[in-house]
Amino acid sequence: MYKIVVKEKLCPVVDFMKIKAPEVAKKAKAGQFVVVRVDEVGERIPLTLADWDDKEGTVSLVAMQVGTTTYKLACLNAGDDILDLIGPLGLPSEIESFGTVVCVGGGVGVAPVYPIARALKQAGNKVITIMGARSKDLLFWEERLSNVSDELIVTTDDGTYARKGVVTEPLKEVLERDKGISRVIAIGPAIMMKFCSLTTKPFGVTTIVSLNSIMVDGTGMCGCCRVSIGGATKFVCVNGPEFDGHQVDWELLFARQRIYCDEERRSLELWKSHHCQHS
Amino acid sequence: MEEKAKPKLDLNRVAMPRQDPKVRARNFNEVALGYTHDMALKEANRCIQCPKRPCIDGCPVNVDIPEFIKAVRDNDMPESVRIMKGKNALPGICGRVCPQETQCEQVCTLAKKGAPIAIGRLERYVADWEREHSSDLASSPNLPPPTGKKVAIIGSGPAGLTCAADLAKFGHEVTIFEALHVAGGVLMYGITEFRLPKAIVQGEVDYVKALGVEIRLDSVMGKLATVDDLLEGGYEAVFLGTGAGLPMFLDIPGENFNGVYSANEFLTRVNLMKAYLFPEYDTPIKIGKKVAVVGGGNVAMDSARCALRLGADEVYIVYRRSRVEMPARHEEVENAEEEGIIFKFLTNPKRFIGNDQVWVSAVECYEMELGEPDASGRRRPIVKEGSEFTIEVDVAIVALGTTPNPLVPSTTRGLETRRNDTVVADEETGKTVKDRVWAGGDVVTGAATVISAMGAGKRAAASIDTHLKET
Repeated sequence: MYKIVVKEKLCPVVDFMKIKAPEVAKKAKAGQFVVVRVDEVGERIPLTLADWDDKEGTVSLVAMQVGTTTYKLACLNAGDDILDLIGPLGLPSEIESFGTVVCVGGGVGVAPVYPIARALKQAGNKVITIMGARSKDLLFWEERLSNVSDELIVTTDDGTYARKGVVTEPLKEVLERDKGISRVIAIGPAIMMKFCSLTTKPFGVTTIVSLNSIMVDGTGMCGCCRVSIGGATKFVCVNGPEFDGHQVDWELLFARQRIYCDEERRSLELWKSHHCQHS
Repeated sequence: MEEKAKPKLDLNRVAMPRQDPKVRARNFNEVALGYTHDMALKEANRCIQCPKRPCIDGCPVNVDIPEFIKAVRDNDMPESVRIMKGKNALPGICGRVCPQETQCEQVCTLAKKGAPIAIGRLERYVADWEREHSSDLASSPNLPPPTGKKVAIIGSGPAGLTCAADLAKFGHEVTIFEALHVAGGVLMYGITEFRLPKAIVQGEVDYVKALGVEIRLDSVMGKLATVDDLLEGGYEAVFLGTGAGLPMFLDIPGENFNGVYSANEFLTRVNLMKAYLFPEYDTPIKIGKKVAVVGGGNVAMDSARCALRLGADEVYIVYRRSRVEMPARHEEVENAEEEGIIFKFLTNPKRFIGNDQVWVSAVECYEMELGEPDASGRRRPIVKEGSEFTIEVDVAIVALGTTPNPLVPSTTRGLETRRNDTVVADEETGKTVKDRVWAGGDVVTGAATVISAMGAGKRAAASIDTHLKET
């Protein structure tokens, strides 16, 4: 059992929780993920670490309510337990002094970008961060990101806050403006990561994406998370989650993310019919 | 010698009652129902208690088979349990999944004249009797005083559990680190409920815990801590029983289409995550109408029979050699056939074909013929050029075998591994080339049987015990 010590709503459909997991916190590194299983009948789902605190013995997760597990998480409060939390899994982000780097966070992807931007900053990089959301009420952690960035650009698709538009527009401008950018890290919905990769391609800038495929065990056992990278099959859980965005077969990733669409809907409807909604 | 009326030599074993094939093909309940008391007594009475006792050597953990059978015959069940558990901590599991036909039963003296004693069925009877009559008298051995020595075991499958049980019986303090959220390894995620009910596995895990073994779940070693962390953190020895958990794929076009599963994923969803109870359980599985399983081992049989039970109309086993070369247990092949699994022998996939939804719609196969024997001793399958044909499917399961997970070996300094990622360890003792580290089971041999892993766990426990006594 893993106790939730802090629970906050970052926005109506996005939850932040700090969970007691001292051993995981001790080993965690930027870019890694954990697998959680909320209760006895629960599914195992991967969530990339949003933060951790070795001294406190906690890890922090941010989850958007999209399926049964994330709805269940949203219903839990400080003091409640999560049945299983397994990690830290996957390979850590490559953190070096690259020079100038651009970190792009889209939607809930802003959360895992934060520790990576922080580590890159600490490693001596100039960090330009671009964060975007569909709308103002879906934006969170602007201040946190600002604290670890030399420059922060915020976008909303609908223009309800900051710059109107999607993250690829300022990304292109930054690449045009600053020829010395050595690396882009983009995390968010798969479609956003695809377009960030397409945007950076003509500039020849290394672009790292953190893939969010479906997993079961998260340790290389099942192969559910397999993706095609430069024509070779890789497992996101043990070979990733970060890969070269220019090498990813995006169409395959999109397809494999949809395997259980019908079942996910059915499961969530059943769950909702039994539970009142907290939000 | 006792002076009971000497029974006439009976060359026919007592049949095992099983669920009717039509009924069981649609449920996940156990197929084999187990002996009744009378059946067990009758079968036990067939044992001639021969002086040579070849069965004991035929057993990888050397259970005193004639003795436990004699106790059944004498109706002294607690004694029978005591004898069994003296050597085998997991009899309910072994009685169900051991290939007795190639081990103890193969060398049974009666096998020279007729059917050998059904040792596996009697073993299961004894284990089930204990579970139903859980008497402390039978199950709690007297543990020696604690030695104060700590041993870490990585992996709670058959090798790890057996090693842990024996070390605990030697008086050592044992901690098992398990990556998944339940203990049991392949017994929980791999072998199916209808062949090995999970409640039985957990019952035997509980027995190991009752010996004082601590099991830490959700602990992915190599990530959460390394072997060196454990050795520096107070453990005097480490045993690697991490199994062979990585799935092998065919490496043919279309293998990443939706609907193509590794057997590991398919079985893990069904067994470990209980997807057969979806949506009561949250983990989904695609229920195919037409399913092809590629492979000829027990895992292929389990996958095919699972797919059928989930509700498939047609399930094919696609195997590149012929029936006689199939590595699966004869009994499981027979069960699968009775249930209506369709076998396509001498057939090998060329590629998977997908529809516009990137979902598998067919598997294109070659017909094969057999050539000269290869390194495995089996005749090598050769493609018949121009023989391609397709089987329409909406789910395909690749059951080609597994290799060890490199997570632990790759993070352990000074361990020797082979090209197939297996760990090099002494066959007799399980000792690796790294100081204070032992290994056994599938991580050393590559995918093999539950009982051979248990044998390796047992030998390693003895070697670790000797080492700890010397230090």
